[in-house]
Amino acid sequence: MTVYLLKRLAIALITLVLASMVVFAVLEIIPGDPARLMLGLNASADQVELLRNQMGLNAPLAARYLHWAGGLLSLDFGRSYTYSVPVIELVRERVVVSLPLALIALALSTIIAIPVGLFSAGRHGRAGDTIAMGAAQLGVAVPNFWFALMLIYLFAVWLRLVPAGGFPGWSAGVWPALKSLVLPAIALALPQAAILARVTRSALIEVLNEDYIRTARAKGLPYRAVLWRHALRNAMIPVLTILGLQFAFLLAGTIIIENVFYLPGLGRLVFQAITQRDLIVVESVVMLLVAAVIAVNLLVDLSYAVVDPRLRSRQ
Amino acid sequence: MSLLEIEKLSLSIGDTPILRDVELSVAPGEVMGLVGESGSGKSITALTVMQLLPWAARATGRVTFDGIDILAASEDQMCALRGDDIGMVFQEPMTALNPVKTIGEQVAEGIRWHTRASRADAEDRARKMLDRVGLPAAQFPLSRYPHELSGGQRQRVVIAIACALKPKLLIADEPTTALDVVLQAQILDLLRDLVAENRMGLLLISHDLAVVTEMADRITIVRHGEVMETGDTARTLSEQLHPYTRQLAQASMHVPARARTHEVGLDNPLGAKPLLQVDSVTRDYPGRRKSLLKRAAPIRAVDDVSFSIDPGQSVALVGRSGCGKSTLARMVLALDGPTSGTIRFRGQDIVGKSEAELKPARRDMQVVFQDPYGSFDPRQKVEKLVAEPLHVLEKKPTNGERREMVAKALHEVGLSPRDMDKYPHEFSGGQRQRLSIARAIITRPKLVVADEPVSALDVSIRAQVLDLFAELNQKLGIAYLFITHDLTVARAITDAVMVMHDGKIVERGKTSEVLDHPQSEAAKALVAAAPDLHRAIARRLQEQG
Repeated sequence: MTVYLLKRLAIALITLVLASMVVFAVLEIIPGDPARLMLGLNASADQVELLRNQMGLNAPLAARYLHWAGGLLSLDFGRSYTYSVPVIELVRERVVVSLPLALIALALSTIIAIPVGLFSAGRHGRAGDTIAMGAAQLGVAVPNFWFALMLIYLFAVWLRLVPAGGFPGWSAGVWPALKSLVLPAIALALPQAAILARVTRSALIEVLNEDYIRTARAKGLPYRAVLWRHALRNAMIPVLTILGLQFAFLLAGTIIIENVFYLPGLGRLVFQAITQRDLIVVESVVMLLVAAVIAVNLLVDLSYAVVDPRLRSRQ
Repeated sequence: MSLLEIEKLSLSIGDTPILRDVELSVAPGEVMGLVGESGSGKSITALTVMQLLPWAARATGRVTFDGIDILAASEDQMCALRGDDIGMVFQEPMTALNPVKTIGEQVAEGIRWHTRASRADAEDRARKMLDRVGLPAAQFPLSRYPHELSGGQRQRVVIAIACALKPKLLIADEPTTALDVVLQAQILDLLRDLVAENRMGLLLISHDLAVVTEMADRITIVRHGEVMETGDTARTLSEQLHPYTRQLAQASMHVPARARTHEVGLDNPLGAKPLLQVDSVTRDYPGRRKSLLKRAAPIRAVDDVSFSIDPGQSVALVGRSGCGKSTLARMVLALDGPTSGTIRFRGQDIVGKSEAELKPARRDMQVVFQDPYGSFDPRQKVEKLVAEPLHVLEKKPTNGERREMVAKALHEVGLSPRDMDKYPHEFSGGQRQRLSIARAIITRPKLVVADEPVSALDVSIRAQVLDLFAELNQKLGIAYLFITHDLTVARAITDAVMVMHDGKIVERGKTSEVLDHPQSEAAKALVAAAPDLHRAIARRLQEQG
């Protein structure tokens, strides 16, 4: 068990370092000089060169990488080129919007998907299954920004239950803040829930063909009890895997959804930073997202061991 | 009055008829043996009694258990019966237990469900039941998981689950087929004791006539979903009035005719040039990791084994499961390397050689596996499957030559050359085993290693496949190394036998001598446990008069 843990942890760390190199290298390669962008079109070559020196852009690549990566470790992400404030401050403001949004969406998608998967698997091949899986197919196919617009039209414009966009800030109170996150969370969660429901269903159907399900039935347990007590936990491994991968998609999805709902989150921050060639912000936020995804997948790896005793005793 | 009474039971799944007018009864305290080949409807009959049929199944007739009409019973009524009054034990102990739940949870679950007992009470009863089936608390606490147990131990847990509430009827569907003979004997003893203790009725389903004869008071023989014969075990099998009963009994005891046998012993220097020479071979596996830096002591799977096989000789390697016989076979086939020792095949050292250097050896040595279902790619035609080993030939055959060689190999194993354009699923189990033999002999090997080659086959097919092995040995002079836990196979077609135990070869010699007069403890245990139809019938006759 300890070996399993340490192995997973080491793999996560190596992934993180490699990812940081890739992120840094890609942003170095793409065209666009941040110094020139900051100074405007009329700046002279000398002025640009001076600023480049000040920003450390002329140092060798490896040195700049080490400087940047070292900063990340001490939570010093550098200063934003456009806003001229430390990146960490920008991130701190935005993360309180994006993180709750992603977590609510993840929770919602799980809460919807697992019961739907159980329902469908329990009625394998019958009408209920067909309808539920048809709906899931639709959920996978519908683009989330379009779905978001429909939600806004229905709940904000027509029913006037929640605001159509914007974020009042947590200082305005928990309830108003949550209210403005509800629609974006639903828009983010639904396509993910659809995928997860399909995965849950097929994992359960496979497990239901196992011999030990028959043993449980022969004990006298009714079908539903067998489904919940014996099948679900065995079907959790593929479900957890997909859940971990989906977290990355949720984070990517926030870029679109936060723009649709005018939410001042990390997604919008990174989107704006890209258009303004604010590379230091892009790098930092992307690294943050990478770290979050790696952390979640590490959690998923550990939860495998919780679900399956065979992994605990194996090396 | 009968406990279980099946009258005129017919059943179909979709449009396919499975059972026709099946009649069967079990009285309290009685062991009823239900015998038949695969596909004869034995398991479906059992699942009908449990009402655990596939949902497309439609049954007509009458099934009465303890006065309850099973076919008309509601699902709730059935849930109350299953696990309480009727218990069931299945064939495959390795997969019959939920891998993520402890054995304690799994035994206690049924107890809690039916008796509404508290967790502590149920666990208490589960503990007693596990003790009863031979899993004492010291080694097998309730917190053990299935993967920490061996096949035989898992089957004991399944029996504990089935018998936890002292059912009136226990249905055991091939309960020992996946176990080695020694474990089989132990499990059968346990079932016999449980029947005697609780006056439980036992419906024992098996394809193995010898096992059923040892166990059953009465026997029902089914074929293609119809009952062929029912009666007292002793009389039915001694008189063998029904032609099918006779056919089954003869196939079970079949010994292929072999004109020429190879009398030279296993390490007899008379055979000047042995085909295969194994010298003090040892194979260690790394022990389980205990922590980051510490490992348990290595596990010695094969321990200082030496033997030789002469050209044309047929040798059996017998032993219980886990004794190291498959590891030894893998090393002989150069699929695994020994930790120390040498293996020479036709004078060439095959240890630590590259694939290119092994090519000539690979050509002369082929393998036949146990499972005729799992060893073929279902998407490839027979021609390609049987021709697979041809890539080790010096010269790549042309397409025409290849088809000719495949046709010849198919002919030799009793199949038609026309079969080469078919897919594996178009063949029955026995035919598929013929295909794997055709694949093994296409390169004209000198040695064929066969790992339990007939244990997945029905008795009548098994007799045919044994004949085929014997014939090829006579005709083509192929030497065999048969790996098996089934002594009847060893007796039927081998000249010499080696008994393996805990990685060592503990006894060796002429097959008939070793099996008739075993000297070592391991060999004695195997021989004593092996079911034998002659012996079983004789004993039955004595008991039943």
